[in-house]
Amino acid sequence: MISVAWGHRLLLLLPFLLTAVLWGWTALDNRAAGVSRPPGFFARNGWPVGIYLLLAAGVWLVVLVALPQLSMIDMSFRHKLPINQIGGPRDTYTLENYRYFLFGSTTSTSSWNVVHLRAFAMTIISSLLITALNFIICYPIAYYLARIARGAQLRLLLVLLIAPFWVNDILRAFAFRIVFSEKGLINTALLGVGWIAQPIDFIGFNIALFAGLIYAYTLMMVFPLYNALDSVEAAQIEAARDLGAPWWHIHLFIVMPAAKAGIASGCTLVFMLATGALAAPLVLGGPSTLWFTPIVYDRFYQVFNWPQGAAYAFVLLAGCIALVITALRLLRLSLADIAR
Amino acid sequence: MKPAFIRVACAAYVLIFLVYLFLPLAVMTVSAFNTPAYPRALPFERFTLEWFMRLAQDDAMLYGFRNSLWIGMLVVLVAVPIGLAGAVVMQQVHPRLRSLYYVLTVAPILVPGVIIGISTVIFWREISIWAGTRNFYNGVLLTVLGQSSFISAYCMLLFTARLQRFDRALEDAAYDLGATHTQVFLQILLPYLRPAILSAAVLAFLSSFENYNTTTFAILSDQTLTTVLAGQVRQGTTPAVSALAVVIIAVTLLAMLSAELLRHRGLVWSMVRSRIGAVRSAARPAAGTIVGMQQANAVGLYGPRED
Repeated sequence: MISVAWGHRLLLLLPFLLTAVLWGWTALDNRAAGVSRPPGFFARNGWPVGIYLLLAAGVWLVVLVALPQLSMIDMSFRHKLPINQIGGPRDTYTLENYRYFLFGSTTSTSSWNVVHLRAFAMTIISSLLITALNFIICYPIAYYLARIARGAQLRLLLVLLIAPFWVNDILRAFAFRIVFSEKGLINTALLGVGWIAQPIDFIGFNIALFAGLIYAYTLMMVFPLYNALDSVEAAQIEAARDLGAPWWHIHLFIVMPAAKAGIASGCTLVFMLATGALAAPLVLGGPSTLWFTPIVYDRFYQVFNWPQGAAYAFVLLAGCIALVITALRLLRLSLADIAR
Repeated sequence: MKPAFIRVACAAYVLIFLVYLFLPLAVMTVSAFNTPAYPRALPFERFTLEWFMRLAQDDAMLYGFRNSLWIGMLVVLVAVPIGLAGAVVMQQVHPRLRSLYYVLTVAPILVPGVIIGISTVIFWREISIWAGTRNFYNGVLLTVLGQSSFISAYCMLLFTARLQRFDRALEDAAYDLGATHTQVFLQILLPYLRPAILSAAVLAFLSSFENYNTTTFAILSDQTLTTVLAGQVRQGTTPAVSALAVVIIAVTLLAMLSAELLRHRGLVWSMVRSRIGAVRSAARPAAGTIVGMQQANAVGLYGPRED
C-alpha cells in the first residue's frame, strides 16, 4: 500500500513535473534546430513580461485547473475521517466510495445501488436525447442564419438569439416553471380552449424539465453549427442541386459531412452542459426526478461525506469524457478537430 | 421541392423558434406586473408594482447582489490578465505542443461547472488544513478562483482571435527604433488588444454574475444573488422573482444599448483617423452581439470569426 501522504504529494507534483518535462523537451528540440533556432522564451519577451506570462499562465493551469482536479481524484480514494485523524494510521487509500456508488454499501457487494445507478444512467440517456433534439431544432435555424439570412436581417436575428441568454439559469428555469405549472400559461390556455378537462402535470412528467434543458443550451448548439455551415462551400450545394439531388439528400450527404466537426463540437458542448446541469433539475424536476448532479450535491451538503461526493463527481466526469471520446472515435474526429 | 418553398418554410420556422425563445421570458415579465401571489400571466387581473417593492426590501437578495458584484469585479481582475497571458503563450508554445496546450486550456470550459466548484473547494480546504490557517477558506475567494478557472479560458479565446490578426512588423519596427520588450508589450501590444480587453472584461463580469453551478459549491456558507434566488425558487414561487428577472432583462438591454452608443463614439473617432478604419468598424456587428457571439463561440470551442 502506498502511504497516503506520499501518494498525495506525488499527485500534486505531477503538473510541475509535466511542465518541466515539456519545457526541457522544447529547449532540446529548439537546440537541435541549429542556426535557425527560435529565440528562447525570455529572450523573446524580456524578463518582466516573461515572468508575468509564465506566472499568470502557470497559476491558471496548475493552481486553478490541474491541482484542484487532482485533489478531487485523490480525495475520492480516501476514507471519510475527522480532521485530526487525517494523516493518521486509518488514513489509507480505499475503493469504498466507488463501492458505495455501485452497491449502496461500503462493505457488501450483494445488491446494486439501484437508485444512484439509475439516476446516473437516466442522466446520461436524457442528456443524449436532449442533445439530439437540440440538434434537430437548431439545425434549420443555423442553416437559415448561415445560408439564407443576409445583412441587417442577419444582425437582428443574432441579437434576438443572444438576448434571452443573458438571463441566468435559475431565472430561465423559473420562467419555464411559470409556463408549465398547474395554473400556468399552457394549462390555462388548454383548459380555456376546452381541449383538456384536468390540468396536465407537466412537471411531474418531466416535460417541463426537458423543455427547460433544451432551451437552456440552444445557443450553445446554434453558434457552432452556424460557424460550421457558414464555411461549407456554396458551390458544392449548387452542384448537388444541379445534378438533381433532393433537398434532404443535400443536407444528409453534402452539408452535414462537410460540417461534421462543427456539429460534433456543438453536440459535445450541449451534452457536457446537460449532464452537469444543476439549476434546471432543482427548479423543474418533479418529486420523483433524479438527476445525477443533485445527488452529488447532497453527498457534500446533506450527507457531509466529501470523499464520497468526490468519487461521485469523478464518476460523472469520467463517464462523460469516456462517452464523448468514444463518440468522436466513431465519427473519426479527434478532440483537436472539434476544438478548431 | 423548390428552393423558394424551402425559404418560406425556413422563415416560418425561424419565427416559431423566436416565439419559443421569448415566450417564457414574456410570460415571466407579465407575471411580475400581475396581482396574483402565485406568478401567472393569465388571466391578467390588475397592474401592480408591489412585487418590485418587495424586491427592494428583500435584504437577503440585496446582500447577495452586493456579493455578486464584488465577485464579478474580482473575476474580471483575475481572469482578464490570465486570459491575455494564456493567449500570448499560445502563440509561443512549440508547434508540436500547441494542440496539447489548447486542449488543456479549453478543458475548463467543458468540465461541468459543478465539478469545478467541488474540486476548488476540496483543494483549498486541503491547503488551509496544511497551512493551518482558515484565511484561504473563504466563500468569496473560492468562488472567484473557481469561476476564474473557466472564465479565463473564455477570455483567452477572445485574445487569441485578435492576436491572430496582429501585425508582427509593428513589433519589429519598435525594436528597430530601440524599444525594450516591456515597452513593446505596454505600448504596442496592449493598445492593439484594447477592444478585446474591453469585451473580455464585459464577458467575464457577466459570466461570473450569472453563474450558479460553480458558485453554489464554492461560495460555502456565504451567498450570492444566484444562490439566494435558487433558495427562494426552491422554497416556493413568488412574483418578486419575476420582478428581479424584469430588472435583469432591463439592465441587460440598457447595457447593450450603451455599448452600441459607445461603439458609435468609437466610430466617429476612427473616421477622424482614417476612412478605411471607419468602413471596417461600421461593417462590424453591434458590440453586444459580438460579446454574446464570442461567448457562444468561446464556449463552442471555436475561435471567433474574423470580422
